[in-house]
Amino acid sequence: MDFYYGLAQTVGVHTLLGLSAYIVLLTGQVTLAQAGFFAIGAYTAGMLTVLAGWHLVPAIGAGALTGAATACAVGFPALRVKGLMLVVATLAFGEGVRLFFFNFDYQVAKGEIKVGPVGGEGFRQIRFFQENGWTTGEVMLFIWAFVILVMAALWWFDRSRYGAVLRAVGEDEVAAQSVGVNLTAVKVSAMTVGGAVAGIGGALYAHYTTHIEHANFNVLLATFAIAYPIVGGLSNVFGTLAAVIFVQAFLIEGLRDLGDWRNLLFGALIVLAMNLRPQGLFGGRRA
Amino acid sequence: MLELRGVSRHFGGVKAVERLDLNVAEGEIFGLIGPNGSGKSTTVNVIAGLFEASGGQILFKGRNLDGLPTHRRLQLGIARTFQNIRLFGQLTVWQNLWVAQNAPEDRARRGFLSRWLGGRGGARAEMAGLLEFSGLAHKRDELAANLAFGEQRRLELARALAAKPKLLLLDEPAAGMNSEEIGQLRDRILKLRAQGMTVLLIEHVMELVMGVTDRIAVLNFGQKIAEGTPREIQNDPGVRKAYLGGA
Repeated sequence: MDFYYGLAQTVGVHTLLGLSAYIVLLTGQVTLAQAGFFAIGAYTAGMLTVLAGWHLVPAIGAGALTGAATACAVGFPALRVKGLMLVVATLAFGEGVRLFFFNFDYQVAKGEIKVGPVGGEGFRQIRFFQENGWTTGEVMLFIWAFVILVMAALWWFDRSRYGAVLRAVGEDEVAAQSVGVNLTAVKVSAMTVGGAVAGIGGALYAHYTTHIEHANFNVLLATFAIAYPIVGGLSNVFGTLAAVIFVQAFLIEGLRDLGDWRNLLFGALIVLAMNLRPQGLFGGRRA
Repeated sequence: MLELRGVSRHFGGVKAVERLDLNVAEGEIFGLIGPNGSGKSTTVNVIAGLFEASGGQILFKGRNLDGLPTHRRLQLGIARTFQNIRLFGQLTVWQNLWVAQNAPEDRARRGFLSRWLGGRGGARAEMAGLLEFSGLAHKRDELAANLAFGEQRRLELARALAAKPKLLLLDEPAAGMNSEEIGQLRDRILKLRAQGMTVLLIEHVMELVMGVTDRIAVLNFGQKIAEGTPREIQNDPGVRKAYLGGA
């Protein structure tokens, strides 16, 4: 049973990661920065529970805030460029964050051991759940409470006028600004909300794995983040969820026997999806 | 209402618009005509703020628009349509109008409190009125991409009106329309004028231009070669030469 709980935890956290890219993708921007915001949320929340002794819930809130603040700061310069240049700029940012944590040492003595992030070795002993005696099932439910909350919020947001504005910007920036949409404000807001969602995902991730290191937040994770909404389609938030289940449960766990060949399958899937169903595997209602 | 003082726009060595003076009075329907490539669309883009002017000044209600981004100009009251229709195809007809509600009073209405104090109903009623005006009420929930060509043109006009403009820039609104549709468009423009709208109309279809405008300016190679009432323009030898060549 624990295997399935563990899988559900992974699916939940990756759904948050995918949704963070979904919001930005609605405005037509392809971003590879989401793994960076995810990492920032993970380290922030981990350090607050382990080093500062915070409860997990406010620590997750702080992870969301730091993710959002970084995304907002990155958004202003990065969104001045478009298309491929934005991909390169956000990729550089994501790698920058990873390398920051590769070099980041901040340890504090806690009883007999020292805790905190140690550069390349990573950040061990993020044991909030274990110290408080949570079972795997409870942890899974806790994560999914956040996933459902975020999905509900984004579902509502998507149907509001703001959702229509994001999609309008994604479709035609010239037309959008001509009907009075402030492109910079819209894109930076989408990036900021995306950063907050990625931060929540990272905060949860740090606590269920208990050990994070720079290598967790590499380009592969950034690619996954953007691949989920692309594969799932942009019709609504459930496309991203379906894509995460498909990739994590079927491609990665279900086909475990194939070993590293699965990565090839993942690449092939994206190429296939873009060719055969550019609206996403689960996308509907496109003209 | 709108005043262009020596406005130029150059693309490299190409002088798309060269020292253009225009003066559009409030409530007027002003026509801008000229052969292909004479700088009409560039003029609209410069007024709307999609291109910065290379020189000269644009004043709207006495205010210099220099350096104002496109969305700010819309909030001041300048809305436009595009020569090649640019709708949000994957949004519904309704959403296309919804996105365009960016007039200052609409933005105020979206404040947290006022939204619940009747602001929503007001916005809805206005959009319903616009759909009625454009003959699109029955297509409310259709995706814009699925509309027929004439309907897309109507929706684009409605979308520009959703921003409650004072000045409407119409860039070849009759392109590709049949004569029945042109007649309807003409009626719509006249209705808007009756409501006090100022219109800058760029058009090739002379049937429409000569029928609705109060005054016309003629561009050729980015420069104004004539200005006057439709009758004066029709009898201007310089204009005939620009259009027909030779003689």
